[in-house]
Amino acid sequence: MANNERTGRWPARLHVVTGKGGTGKTSVAAALALGLAESGRRTLLVEVEGRQGIAQLFDTEPLPYSELRIAAVPGGGEVRALAVDPEEALLEYLEMFYRLGAAGRALRKVGAIDFATTIAPGLRDVLLTGKVKEATTRSREGRRTYDAVVLDAPPTGRIGRFLNVTAETARLAKMGPIKTQSEGVASLLRSPITAVHVVTLLEEMPVQETIDAITELESLDIPVGRIVINGARPPLLTSGKVTKTELKRGLTAAGLPADPATVTGLQAEAKAHLTRRELEESLRSELVELRRPMLELPLLPGGVDRAGLDQLADRLMRV
Amino acid sequence: MPDPTGYARGVTAPRLEIDALLADPATKIVVCCGSGGVGKTTTAAALGLRAAEVHGRRTVVLTIDPARRLAQSMGLTELDNTPRQVKGIDTEATGGELHAMMLDMKRTFDEVVQAHTTPERAAEIFANPFYQAMSSTFAGTQEYMAMEKLGQLRSRDEWDLIVVDTPPSRSALDFLDAPARLSRFLDGRMLRMLLAPARSGGRSMFSLVTASFGLFSRSVQKILGAQLLTDLSGFVAALDSMFGGFRQRADETYRILQDPQTSFLIVAAPERDAVREAAYFAERLVAERMPLAGLVLNRVHRSEVESLTAERTEVAAAALEAAGDHSVTADALRVHAGLIRLIEREVRVAGTFAESFPAVPTVSVTAQPADVHDVDGLRMIGAALS
Repeated sequence: MANNERTGRWPARLHVVTGKGGTGKTSVAAALALGLAESGRRTLLVEVEGRQGIAQLFDTEPLPYSELRIAAVPGGGEVRALAVDPEEALLEYLEMFYRLGAAGRALRKVGAIDFATTIAPGLRDVLLTGKVKEATTRSREGRRTYDAVVLDAPPTGRIGRFLNVTAETARLAKMGPIKTQSEGVASLLRSPITAVHVVTLLEEMPVQETIDAITELESLDIPVGRIVINGARPPLLTSGKVTKTELKRGLTAAGLPADPATVTGLQAEAKAHLTRRELEESLRSELVELRRPMLELPLLPGGVDRAGLDQLADRLMRV
Repeated sequence: MPDPTGYARGVTAPRLEIDALLADPATKIVVCCGSGGVGKTTTAAALGLRAAEVHGRRTVVLTIDPARRLAQSMGLTELDNTPRQVKGIDTEATGGELHAMMLDMKRTFDEVVQAHTTPERAAEIFANPFYQAMSSTFAGTQEYMAMEKLGQLRSRDEWDLIVVDTPPSRSALDFLDAPARLSRFLDGRMLRMLLAPARSGGRSMFSLVTASFGLFSRSVQKILGAQLLTDLSGFVAALDSMFGGFRQRADETYRILQDPQTSFLIVAAPERDAVREAAYFAERLVAERMPLAGLVLNRVHRSEVESLTAERTEVAAAALEAAGDHSVTADALRVHAGLIRLIEREVRVAGTFAESFPAVPTVSVTAQPADVHDVDGLRMIGAALS
């Protein structure tokens, strides 16, 4: 594979992407799945929160509980997508261990499955992460089904609890297959196969949550991957001073209106930009102190469409 | 600036009159809802401050998960689950007061239990692992407890106005559904059948259901272990004895929300996901006959130089750069072009809401260059809202 060098920079096989709501973690997860599918590889993009964010991003019908091809990648690669539904996962799980058949469907009819996944939130998370584990480790005829699995995970505020499956279930289930299952998931999540990447914007709350989440994940021994700064703006006005005189001269030279209103307006915009950038710089240095590999993705002026995702994917593979 | 819908200037949507809403003595509750990360908490705090300072109302703001510095700015240094008066604000002229509190979900649940049972029984419930799991992690407990707290604040009748910030749910709709879901769970048929399969059995026409249920309960036993069922059964029996129906409480909360003295404000930012959530929420509020007062669109960008288009500015910046002169002006022009493109996108995104809900009054708040975390900042936001 010619481009092994690029995908090789993302050595884990299960990439968990988290971030505060609104930071674009779904877009980053999708871009990573696209990037890791180059050179004829196959990846799976998974969501677990019932938001249908992947379908919205790729502008398709809501995803069913099956692994469907959602994008072809030049070089023969493909991305498949899966929206894990906890009810379906529980039925699949019961089927696997207890061969419930029609009884399983009856259970669903009376709402028992909803009930079971609601009474014990830990159980719900074990089912969701269990399905992700199954997809990550699945192989057929000695070949892995997926070269990489990318999980669009719950946001930073819930990621620790979501991934710390053993602790949650240990409180409720002291023995039995759920306990075994959760221990299997826990050991995968703590192995080098997994990397949790945190997406942030250079804004105060997302950065604070990034710091909190990384501290939490470290204390849980869950491997933290990269910090992805999304929506980064190009550095402009590095000299830091914008005078009206200069603007007036510059505008005249460019053949643009140089009336006082335009000059004052542009100066105010420049000042707001500088204030913003100062704040961004101090936030960036807070992130640097975490001593984790960081990378920046540009703000996509046209919004996130397939072309935009491909652009982000290429940037991700050039780390 | 292109503005196909006229949305940014409030041409299509009527303007939301925040001051009229806050000043009206008939407005008792304002609920701020919307998806996470749109500035809901800041909006709630700014509304509370304005109601106290400008309109002289005795106001309490119930926040769920405020940013640390915002909480500190309101004097909320600890999570003690009771309203604390916010000092250092300017209410001399109007005689208003501002109090603020942060919701402690587990403590609220504990209080509910304590209020309805003997100390011995309460201790038993608190020790139950099921209660521990549920009071801190049950999907919806936070939403339910926020509503419970709102009900408590409302019943004490000591507030002119209660401003509520809603939990940062996965989906904004969880806020409406969670109390009902929790109550359905707690007094549900499901639970009774599960705990007393013998009683609900017999020659019932639901024999298939019941049969599956026996199987279900056996499966649950197998998967989770018998201890869990015993704990669950103890927990439910304890709760059952004291509540006389969680559903009734949820129904009461629902009625408070439907009351005309309540106003819902949907908070959004001009981003695709936030606006989509806002539209879902508006639809839902209308369907449930909840009093929707309007939309607050936060972090809207503006330019005083709208006549200078992005294309023209970019061409000029490139020309200046090519000439090697005036690099500062070239950068300033690029900043402007970026801003105009952002505004264009925001107008497009926000327009999708206005198209679906042209009658919903709207106010937009200009984006601040830095985050707000002091009283002055909140005051500025309050002024921008009105």
